[in-house]
Amino acid sequence: MTSSSSSSSSNSIMDNLFQRTLEDLIKSSRLNFLPEHAFISNAMDEIRKEIKSTDPHTKSTALQKLSYLSSIHGIDMSFAAFHVVEVMSSSRFSHKKIGYGAASQSFHDSTPVILLITNQLRKDLKSSNLFEVSLALECLANAATLDLARDLTPEVFTLLSSSKVYVRKRAVGVVLRVFEKYPDAVRVCFKRLVENLESLDPPIVVAVVGVFCELASKDPRAYLPLAPEFYRILIDSKNNWVLIKVVKIFAKLAPLEPRLAKRIVEPVCDVMRRTGAKSLMFECVRTVVTSLSDHESAVKLAVEKIRELLVEQDPNLRYLGLQALSAVVGKHLWVVLENKEAVIKSLSDEDPNIKIESLRLVMAMVSESNVEEICRVLVNYALKSDPDFCNEILGSILETCSRNVYEIIVDFDWYVSLLGEMSRIPNCQKGEEIENQLIDIGLRVKDARLALVRVGRDLLIDPALLGNLYLHRILCAAAWVAGEYVEFASNPFQLMEALLQPRTNLLPPSIRAVYIHSAFKILIFCLDNYLMQNEGAASSYSNNMAGGDSVLVIGKKSTEALDLPNTEGQNYDQDEGFNPRNTNESSEDFPVGNNVDRVVTHESIVSVFNLIELVLGPLTANQDVEVLERARNVVAFVHLVKVEIFDDSVQNVDISKKKDAQVSAVIKLICNAFSMELGLVSISAQSRVAVPDGLVLKENLDDLQAICGDTELPSSCSFGVGGHHFDTTFDTSSSNLVKGEDSGPANESTSLLEHRKRHGLYYLPSEKNDIVSDNYPPANDPELSSNINDEAENLARLTEQSLLLKKKPNQMKPRPVVVKLDDGDVAPILVKKPEPRDDSLSGAVRDVLLGSETGPSSSRSNPSDKPSGKAKEKKKLSTDLPSETKEQLPDLENPNSRSKNRSHKKERRRRSPGNIVEEGEEHDQKGKKKSSRSHGKHKTRQRANSPLNSQTPVIPDFLL
Amino acid sequence: MGIRFVLMVNKQGQTRLAQYYEYLTLEQRRALEGEIVRKCLARNEHQCSFVEHRNYKIVYRRYASLFFLVGVDDDENELAILEFIHLLVETMDRHFGNVCELDIMFHLEKAHFMLEEMVMNGCIVETSKANILAPIQLMDKTS
Repeated sequence: MTSSSSSSSSNSIMDNLFQRTLEDLIKSSRLNFLPEHAFISNAMDEIRKEIKSTDPHTKSTALQKLSYLSSIHGIDMSFAAFHVVEVMSSSRFSHKKIGYGAASQSFHDSTPVILLITNQLRKDLKSSNLFEVSLALECLANAATLDLARDLTPEVFTLLSSSKVYVRKRAVGVVLRVFEKYPDAVRVCFKRLVENLESLDPPIVVAVVGVFCELASKDPRAYLPLAPEFYRILIDSKNNWVLIKVVKIFAKLAPLEPRLAKRIVEPVCDVMRRTGAKSLMFECVRTVVTSLSDHESAVKLAVEKIRELLVEQDPNLRYLGLQALSAVVGKHLWVVLENKEAVIKSLSDEDPNIKIESLRLVMAMVSESNVEEICRVLVNYALKSDPDFCNEILGSILETCSRNVYEIIVDFDWYVSLLGEMSRIPNCQKGEEIENQLIDIGLRVKDARLALVRVGRDLLIDPALLGNLYLHRILCAAAWVAGEYVEFASNPFQLMEALLQPRTNLLPPSIRAVYIHSAFKILIFCLDNYLMQNEGAASSYSNNMAGGDSVLVIGKKSTEALDLPNTEGQNYDQDEGFNPRNTNESSEDFPVGNNVDRVVTHESIVSVFNLIELVLGPLTANQDVEVLERARNVVAFVHLVKVEIFDDSVQNVDISKKKDAQVSAVIKLICNAFSMELGLVSISAQSRVAVPDGLVLKENLDDLQAICGDTELPSSCSFGVGGHHFDTTFDTSSSNLVKGEDSGPANESTSLLEHRKRHGLYYLPSEKNDIVSDNYPPANDPELSSNINDEAENLARLTEQSLLLKKKPNQMKPRPVVVKLDDGDVAPILVKKPEPRDDSLSGAVRDVLLGSETGPSSSRSNPSDKPSGKAKEKKKLSTDLPSETKEQLPDLENPNSRSKNRSHKKERRRRSPGNIVEEGEEHDQKGKKKSSRSHGKHKTRQRANSPLNSQTPVIPDFLL
Repeated sequence: MGIRFVLMVNKQGQTRLAQYYEYLTLEQRRALEGEIVRKCLARNEHQCSFVEHRNYKIVYRRYASLFFLVGVDDDENELAILEFIHLLVETMDRHFGNVCELDIMFHLEKAHFMLEEMVMNGCIVETSKANILAPIQLMDKTS
């Protein structure tokens, strides 16, 4: 069949003799004489020549080879479209088949020659050879355009009631495409399609149920009136394929009509119970958990089945079990909690897909009360996982915790330190998200700033982190936080050192610029404090800053710690000496310690100046303009201030008298600018600004991209100086702050000590900056934290308590204020709903099913609408429509959908008298509903006369 | 549309059969096939047969050197698709007798034909092996 190599019917024997058949082609491709592209271009040259041949055999063989190359090697065969049409019209079946195959494969809506095949298709659809009919149907199924679908609808209509099962089945299959392209075809074909639902031939039922399943998934409401037919199939059919599709259809219909849902619960559960096929069972489970989740007993049964799936050996079944759980989690959280062991065990499954599925479930269990514990467990998992899954975990933690402006977070100190911890996970690639959240929390949650600065400091002082590309964005945020909220820092000088450490040359320029700018802010802060202290005795400071209290305290602390950089080898015991003073921060302390402090302060300020000049000096010739500009600013400022204030000759004399009042004013001014609160900016802020006259916003700025395309703005630029003021009182924050500070210096100093031991070389100021060794240990060694047990059961036990929705006892702190803008500062998450794509299609379906005959007259005026019995009846009915007498005879045949349904029911009753219980119920219901029905009839009648578009379909009573 | 495409790919990642039920350009097809092959062929026996890719769900199964990959809509029944793949393989087995990659290479048209009998417009229309094969056998006889 591949090629009739021995066929000699053609006229030009020579052509035939020397032509390679498809088989030859495939064989030669397997011999690998030529590289693939050479082989293909050879073959294509050959085909291009042969396909122009007048000999049909040569031509079709060439086309066959071309189709093969196209489907396997992706060769474009559009150039041969016209030859395809020619071969299709061949009278020999073997040629025709090749032509149709090529057309099915390569034709699409924009193929120009597709206009030429209408008549050929029509001829073949009417052929007496059922394989020719099948070929044409297949072509229509794959390539039908609007024109083809419209022009050939009558033929398809005829074939839908063909006496040959084979043809009828294929015609049913093609209907889907025809309806999609030409919705008006529904008016012609739909009734016949419905009739096929009642067919006794199993192949037809398989096909037609499949078609309805597809149709119903697009617009289920239109198919509600057919529920009785589907119900019958659900009860009667023994074919699993059919049952799966029918159950799927009911999954779509049930949510629309509670009475229907009530009706199908039992049969679906019944199928679930008795079937041996896992696929069918799973379909029932899925239907129950998605569409019948209000029916307790059904859900219980489904959950039982899910539990069985979760413990299966087969990974496929376990995966599906988890999927079913995620479907149920929205409505019945208890189901997931009940199966948490299996879920958590799956977190360490071999299959990444299963792991991700179980991660989703774990995240679904997160609530305000257990978020800390679950996150702890997950971070431990992340440490041990492969990079992909690790980031998957981190991503979902970040996403869940930040949802609805950190809705579930109560303890922001914890969350901020978790962010810090996550940054240090070796495989972490979520830098951008963590960066955003660090800054966002800084802006929104005042009470979290202390913790933020602490976390930022820990990140900044670790030189190892600078080597990790993925952390740069986080470090950028840390640097910004350190600069912006420096008043919360326990030791600004240490921050300064961290920001100016040599390894910052590993950062990209945009982030380096943020570093330098933050260093500038810290410098200003220190200088301001220094000047303030000097004036402190005269207590002229009191009205300087908002929140002066806390700033004073911090400022003082910072002066105490100033000696740290210079006393490297020393024991840090003296820190303990500082602590008492930290705790009783009274401003009376100030004058007492003043003398001692000032000397130290002076030295450390000088050392900071030196450090800045040493580090930033070389940067004033940097390539990057952002870095260069900022470095110059800082260095120039230092020069200015240094000369004015710290004249070497006047070192130990009372400076406050000698200092230039102008410099002091400048520092104050800058300091005030920096201490202005940065607020959130609403996403709609830009649109509220009126466009000034003469500003052309629509101007083409394409060339701009070329200029600044590769310049990434530092993140701090994206936040404007907002006039957003906080209403929270300062007292709470400052008290919190002091409390938090208690343990601060002690462990800080030890970590710093360790840090210096490890990276001692960095503190040798004369070291050449450029030489930076890169062999730092990884930031967070998995080994170090491997005190977690590897056993999944242990982890399951660990989460056991956390997953129980109990309240944490140690949650004493009230949730801090989280600033939100009124008009929504977060882009609203648009849940993308599948739009009802083919309105016209479902509209047409509704018209047909609900009996409105007011649609376009195409169906009736269609010339080829054969006067078959059914069509005649339909015509007769539609002419009957306006007749008045119908009002008095409500039970007579009536041209609306109900009549159709009822007629089906009658037939069914005739056919299957065995189903007694079923029918009895039906009678009961009918009796009960009778009055309401005749009432409804009026409505239907009215509607039928009213314009098409204004109707809201009244779904008839289709209860079975 | 239930089934969006059916692919048969060998161990080396070469496409042996590709049938799409929605229109994609050749470039899109090539890209899609490349991505899917990379994703699915790297998985091992102990992992499940379902992979989410773009907006498809891919259900695949390996028979000897050949992977059968079916792209479906999100709400399609995965297990039913696995059964569909198995049915396809059994059908080919019955026709070719112990079907192998070469059979599909040399009889691509027939393989397509079987698929066409089973699926129209992405919708499974025939599930009986005998019914699928009857027209092919008849055509073989007459030609």
